Amino acid sequence: MKNILVIGANSAIARAVSRLYAEEHCRLFLLSRDAEQLALQKQDLQIRGASEVDCSAFDANNFSVHEAVIDQVLDTFGSIDLAFICHGSLSNQAQCEDNFDSALQEFNTNALSVISLLTCLARHMSVQRSGCIAVITSVAGDRGRQSNFVYGSAKAMVSTYLQGLRGRLFKSQVDVIDIRPGFVDTPMTHTLKKGGPLWSSPEKVAHCIVDGIRKRKHTIYAPGYWRLIMLVVRSIPEFLFKRLKL
Amino acid sequence: MQIHSWGRYPTTDATLHSPRSASALRQLLLDTQQTDTGAKTAFDGIARGLGRSYGDSALAGNIVQTRELDQLLAFDTDTGLLTCAAGVSLDTILHCFTPRGWFLPVVPGTRFVSVGGAIASDVHGKNHHLDGTFGQHVHSLRLLLPDGEVLNCSSSENSALFHATCGGMGLTGIIVDATIHLRRIPGSAITQRTLRSPHLQDVMERFEASAASTYSVAWLDCLARGPALGRSLLFLGEHATDGLFKAPRRGGLTVPFNSPAFLLNRYSMGLFNALYYNRPVNSQAKQRIEAGQYFFPLDSIAHWNRLYGSRGFLQYQFVVPDAAALAAITLVLQRSSAAGKGSFLSVLKKFGPGNDNLLSFPIQGYTLAMDFKFENSLLPLLNELDSIVLDHGGRLYLAKDARMSEATFKRSYPRWAELAQLRAASGADRVFNSLQSRRLGL
Repeated sequence: MKNILVIGANSAIARAVSRLYAEEHCRLFLLSRDAEQLALQKQDLQIRGASEVDCSAFDANNFSVHEAVIDQVLDTFGSIDLAFICHGSLSNQAQCEDNFDSALQEFNTNALSVISLLTCLARHMSVQRSGCIAVITSVAGDRGRQSNFVYGSAKAMVSTYLQGLRGRLFKSQVDVIDIRPGFVDTPMTHTLKKGGPLWSSPEKVAHCIVDGIRKRKHTIYAPGYWRLIMLVVRSIPEFLFKRLKL
Repeated sequence: MQIHSWGRYPTTDATLHSPRSASALRQLLLDTQQTDTGAKTAFDGIARGLGRSYGDSALAGNIVQTRELDQLLAFDTDTGLLTCAAGVSLDTILHCFTPRGWFLPVVPGTRFVSVGGAIASDVHGKNHHLDGTFGQHVHSLRLLLPDGEVLNCSSSENSALFHATCGGMGLTGIIVDATIHLRRIPGSAITQRTLRSPHLQDVMERFEASAASTYSVAWLDCLARGPALGRSLLFLGEHATDGLFKAPRRGGLTVPFNSPAFLLNRYSMGLFNALYYNRPVNSQAKQRIEAGQYFFPLDSIAHWNRLYGSRGFLQYQFVVPDAAALAAITLVLQRSSAAGKGSFLSVLKKFGPGNDNLLSFPIQGYTLAMDFKFENSLLPLLNELDSIVLDHGGRLYLAKDARMSEATFKRSYPRWAELAQLRAASGADRVFNSLQSRRLGL
C-alpha cells in the first residue's frame, strides 16, 4: 500500500488512520476543509514517517470540484492505491424532521457527496485496474431507528451503493470496502453522552480499519463486535422494533 | 459530567472542552459566557492532559482537555529537538522515536501522560539523581496567558514565567506546545540488576553506593515491621548497548471493572509483599528486559486503578532531605504499618538536587510513594504522616495530592507566594484554578 488519498482528513478517525499509514512510510494526499489543520497534519505525518504528504483544501459539498480534485491527486500520485473517504456529519435528527433543508444538507454531506466522489474514483480506478476504495459509513445504516434515521438512511444509501460498486469493480480488480464504525469518541459525537463499554477511541477504530483493509474485507465493523450487535438489532421483528425508542 | 483523575478520588461535576486547534483553545478564553444574572464571566477552569495526576489538580468546573492537540510539529534529526503540541503523549513520542534511537530524557512511571501534563507536574523518573526533572529538559514552551496572548517561555526568555509554569500545575496558563530535548540511546532495552535489601538502612546505603547507575528505583514492602521494616528490592538499570531499538511494548491485561475493594486488605497485601520480596533474585546477574517492563510495569495492566474499588485510592508521595530521610521514612512506615494500611506498590527513590521551578516537587533526598485504598479512617492517618514529613523538612507531591491542607502546603513549598504574586499580576488567578489550587489557597 503506497499512495493513499484521504478525504475528510481532519476527522478524528481519518487522523488516526493516516498516522498508522504514515508509520508504514506511505505517501498521503489529504483533503479537508480546514487548511490550517491540514498544514499541521502534514508536518505531523511527515515526522511520523510518511514518505510524502500533499494536501489541498476541499469542501466535499462543492460537487462541481470533485472531478478536478481527483485529477489533481492523480497528477501528483500517478495512481491511487487506496482512496479512503471519511468525511461526514452527525445529523440533528429533530431539526431534520422539521426542516427538509436541514435533511437535504445532511444527505448532501453524508451520501451524495460521497457518491459523487465514488463516481470519479471508480472511473479512474477501473482503468487503473488495481487499488482499493474504502468508505466510512455507519452501523446506523444497518436499520432505520427513530432516533437518527436521517443520518442512518444517508449512510445506508452509501452502503447499498458500495455493494453495487463492489460488483462492478470486481472484474477490474478494485476492492470496495464498507467500514461501519459503532460509537466512537470523536468531536463529531460531542453532543452524545459518552462512556460505557460500547464506546471506542478513534485509535482503536483506526487499527480495526487498517487491519480490515489489509485483509480486503468487504464490510468492516469497527470494532468487530458491532457485527454481532447489529445482527441482533436487524433481527428484531418490526412490530416490536417500532415500539422501541432506539 | 462526572469526572475524576487517576486515583478516582475525588469526583466532581465538570464541563469538558476539547479544542481541536491552538486557535480554538485561545478562543475558549476570549469567549464570554452569559450567566443567569446576565453578567458576562471569563473562563474559569484548568487544563487537563490524559488525567494521570492522582488527585484534584486537573479537576475544576471547566476542564480544557488537550487531547485533540496531539500533533508533532517539528523534529531535528541532528539535535533531537522535538516540538509537539501539549496533548501529545509520552507514549506517542516513545512509539515514534525509540525505533530511531531516541529516548525521552525523563520518563515517569507511566507513559500515558501528555507533554503538557509532564511539564505542569514537572515529573521525575528513575534517573532523577543524575538528570533532574522533565522540566529541566524543556528547551522552550508556548504558554497561553489569561488575556489570550501566547508567549514563548524558556530559561532565558520570560524565565520567571517559565520556572513558574514548569511544575506550576497549570496555574499560570495553558501550555500550547513545547520543544523538548530527546536523547540518543545505545539500545532500547534495559540491563537490570536487582538487589535485595533486608531493611531500610541497607537499601538507602545501596542507593548511595549506586549513585552512578543511570536508573535506580526500589520497590519497598510497606507492611513489613520490626527489623524487616523497609525491606526492599532495588532495581538498577542501564540502557543496553546492543544497538537494537524497539518501542516500549503496548497492550497487555486490562481490569474491566471496579474490583471489590475488600480484596485488598492487610492480609492479601502482606502475602503479596512477602512473596514478592522473597522471589528468587540473583543480585550478581544482569538481566536484559524490555524498556516498557522496566519503566512502566503498571502500564501493562490497563485501568489498574480499578483494583482499589469504586471509592478509589490516594497515593501518598513525599520527599524528605537526605539527613532526615532514615528517621522520617522509618516513622512513616511504622505509623502506616501499625495502622495496617499500605499496598502492594510502594516505591522508594533517591532524588538528586532540586531545581529553580517554583513548585517543583523533588529536593535532594529520598522520596517514598505509597498507595492507600480510600476509606474514612485513612484521612486522619495521612494528616499524622503529614506532620512527620513536615517536621523533617519534607513535602508532598502536588500531582498525587488530593487532601493536604493549605497550611501544610504553604509551609512546605516556601516559594508558593512567588507563584501567587505572578498569578495575581497576570490575572491567572481569576482564570486558571483547580480544585487543588483553591484548596491550597493559591
